[in-house]
Amino acid sequence: MSIQDYSAKQLRDAIASGAVTSVAATAAIFQQIDKLQPSVGAYITTFKDRALASAGEVDRKIAAGEPVGPLAGVPIAIKDNMCTDFGPTTCASKVLESFSAPYNAHVVEQLTAADAVIVGKANMDEFAMGSSTENSGLQKTVNPWDATRVPGGSSGGSAAAVAAKMCYGALGSDTGGSIRQPAGFCGVVGLKPTYGRVSRYGLVAFGSSLDQIGPMTADVTDAALMLNVIAGHDERDSTSLGPDIAPACDYLADIDKPVEGLKIAVATRFNALADEQVQAAIAQALDVYTKLGAEIVEVDMPHFDYAVAAYYVIATAEASSNLARYDGVHYGHRTEKPNDYVEVYSKSREEAFGQEVKRRIMLGTYALSSGYYDAYYLKALKVRNLIRGDFTSVFEKADCIVMPVSPTTAFKIGEKTADPLQMYVADIYTIAANLAGIPGISIPAGFDNDNLPIGLQILTPAFTEAKLLRIAKMLENQTNHHKKHPE
Amino acid sequence: MSDLQYRTIVGLEIHVHLATRTKMFCGCEMAYGVRPNSRVCPVCMGMPGVLPVMNKQAFEYAVLTALALNCSIPSFTKWDRKSYYYPDLPKNYQISQYDLPMSENGFIDIPLESGQVKRIGIIRAHLEEDAGKNTHTLGNFSAVDLNRTGSPLLEIVTEPDMSSPDEVRALAVELQRIVRYLGVSEGDMQKGHMRFEPNINLAITKDGQEYRTPIAEIKNLNSFRALERSVAYETARQLDEFTDRGITMQMGNKSTRGWDDDNQCTVLQREKEEAHDYRYFPDPDLVPVEMDDEWLSRIRADLCEMPIQKQNRFVSEFALSEYDAGVLTQIRSTAELFEQAVALGADPKKACNIITQNFQKIANEKGCTVCELGITPEKIVEMTNMVTIGQISSTSVSSIAVLSVANLSKTLREIAVEHNLIQTSDAGEIEALVDQVIADNPAAVEDVTSGGKKSKKARGFLLGQVMQRSKGQANPKIVAQILAKKLS
Repeated sequence: MSIQDYSAKQLRDAIASGAVTSVAATAAIFQQIDKLQPSVGAYITTFKDRALASAGEVDRKIAAGEPVGPLAGVPIAIKDNMCTDFGPTTCASKVLESFSAPYNAHVVEQLTAADAVIVGKANMDEFAMGSSTENSGLQKTVNPWDATRVPGGSSGGSAAAVAAKMCYGALGSDTGGSIRQPAGFCGVVGLKPTYGRVSRYGLVAFGSSLDQIGPMTADVTDAALMLNVIAGHDERDSTSLGPDIAPACDYLADIDKPVEGLKIAVATRFNALADEQVQAAIAQALDVYTKLGAEIVEVDMPHFDYAVAAYYVIATAEASSNLARYDGVHYGHRTEKPNDYVEVYSKSREEAFGQEVKRRIMLGTYALSSGYYDAYYLKALKVRNLIRGDFTSVFEKADCIVMPVSPTTAFKIGEKTADPLQMYVADIYTIAANLAGIPGISIPAGFDNDNLPIGLQILTPAFTEAKLLRIAKMLENQTNHHKKHPE
Repeated sequence: MSDLQYRTIVGLEIHVHLATRTKMFCGCEMAYGVRPNSRVCPVCMGMPGVLPVMNKQAFEYAVLTALALNCSIPSFTKWDRKSYYYPDLPKNYQISQYDLPMSENGFIDIPLESGQVKRIGIIRAHLEEDAGKNTHTLGNFSAVDLNRTGSPLLEIVTEPDMSSPDEVRALAVELQRIVRYLGVSEGDMQKGHMRFEPNINLAITKDGQEYRTPIAEIKNLNSFRALERSVAYETARQLDEFTDRGITMQMGNKSTRGWDDDNQCTVLQREKEEAHDYRYFPDPDLVPVEMDDEWLSRIRADLCEMPIQKQNRFVSEFALSEYDAGVLTQIRSTAELFEQAVALGADPKKACNIITQNFQKIANEKGCTVCELGITPEKIVEMTNMVTIGQISSTSVSSIAVLSVANLSKTLREIAVEHNLIQTSDAGEIEALVDQVIADNPAAVEDVTSGGKKSKKARGFLLGQVMQRSKGQANPKIVAQILAKKLS
């Protein structure tokens, strides 16, 4: 097996044992980046010199017999909305094209403490707003399986980088499916943890009550390995879960232990909204689970029909406020020649924000305006509670619910850009987990007739990532989808 | 001439800077008068990706103040974002509290000059973060200092229950006394620790009909005097405006006026109340605060007797005058010094005089409190006792006070002895001096005993002679008694 075919876990073990060096693995990754970045475009920024230096430091520690972290020497990519005190943090926006943060995000500190090697910052939809990475203001990313198709979004760069082996694992962020959907489109594993499991400190905010950072990896074990590194309480994030609610946990410990008496909920009415090939893949996966002894429980999710509408009110409302600071006065692009003080604000914002970001700022501003607040924002919060209730009743009957990640496989570049609503509606399967704050995982479940990956989504109750990973691993152990790679 | 009567109606919006060590939502130190932008961090600068974390001390200070203002403290309160674009506000929203403030429905009792007390309602008090400071005097650009950004501010809104400049001032002074008692704020208006914004209008009765003048909100008040005068000025101005032009309150004609201290008048800043839409919504970065009984009672334990209650008690318990009790209770530690001295046996009236007339004067000169001078209750007791038994004269008290502050390690008696300030009350010693003086001054003795119109003057002369021979140390009361006996 060549070094390229190692999973993150295998690479880490090989490096720690001295079988390979981190410098060799890192150099190989940069060879791949040099080869594929021009066509795939997964990265906005790469840190070759810095990465090789970190790799060398890990190799030195190992040679000296010093203890090393759980990601020792493993080349990792991070989405470009996580602050690093090295290189720019652009959020794929012209607004922040020249912004360099003076501090590291919590997850960056965690990766560094785990001796990971950060290779670069991955492309994304501008400010994480989008489902195809076509909204990046700085870079085009294509799907490694088919260069005419999108990698999904908003963590499209991270997904493409993992699929194209331009890193051994990546961090994405998920506000309405931005980890799971691109993972599905690119045939990799994507985990959105419980809201509050991973500190948001240093994650440039989109929808603060929905945003969550998670791993995007080649297999389920790697997702558990990376979650071990990034999860945990952080005092700097008030919404980060304390050890009393979410005690520290080793997600790798029981990863290969199947869940006994597994009950899987399925909402057939809801799943029927997906393409036939997607539905067929889900059905196949359920067969695998049944053969493993799982029981399938039919459920209804009565309020899911309102999830997309509620989400786009809440997420845009929060975004309109979160993005107010990019005004040309404090942060972000400043217009060249304003005629007056108000124009510093209005022109700076008009010039640098992309269409989709402007659309969402306007939607959110409208929803929060006096006289409309009750009809939109408050009502959306009520729907959010109802959706939480839907999940609560589902999880009284089953351990998890299985559904598609997306109604389709990766669509063509440009196919949906003209119709934003069509793009929004495609988020139907992923959004509910963010509204309810529960964890969800996307794992490879087959391929369609065009040889495009199909993702399967599993959702479990809040704080049960360990179980979620075990359920996912049960399927992965029985299939080879995750072992197929793009040409 | 038509019959016209009017009543002034004033409500106050008050901002109190809480004296926490660090800011409301980050760990930056709070400091005044330091280099611009030297007390900032990514969080208070609102950098991309940062998150606020509530300062628990600030919240507890706010609750303590609200309790002192007799407010109810709901068990659930939350944070909201108030959005507006301004250069001194890096996030372009302020973290504040909108519909569920941390306290509401209280009152404050204010002492009036008449000796009466008036109760003013408190609508609510909530916690928020302060903005930075813009400066426009440096050239053809503006500068922003974010040192103040994120400082904890308690906003208190009163009912429009005040009806004169005196009452407005009394409330401000009383609130200052309260926050200083609680130790939650330095309460210095000049430094911006307390900002008062009166909302004022008039209820006018003319020819049996009632009219209301448009409400004006007054800003830029940085002293009690300015606050008081602005209300007086505004009352007169609104009355003139009504009589001249008949303008009355209507929807949207509330105005904002600034106080011009140089010209002692208010100046129009904004004519119409702008239809502000702050797009309030709950801040998703902060969790709501849930107040349980245990936490609340722990905060309540820090509540002390309020100054006005202390003042009233000093009058009734120690028979002090309203004025003396007021002066004594101005500063909590001073009032406590007094109480401790009395508990140790000091005469209340004498202790009050010694503290307010002697030590307070020294403290004022040094710009500190009496306790900070190093004066203990024991010193006060010693001093009152020395006065009571006639060891020192009331005139030498002030000298001894000054000397004792400079020589804290010495007892007052040591100081008095060292500086010959001990009074002689020994009748035998004094009698000997009186005898000498009578023998040496027969003419004066003649004047006294003849009982003519020179008698009073001569008696004074003899007394002076005795005091002079005692080098000022004889107790004048006893000298007079002995003189009277000898010359009768």
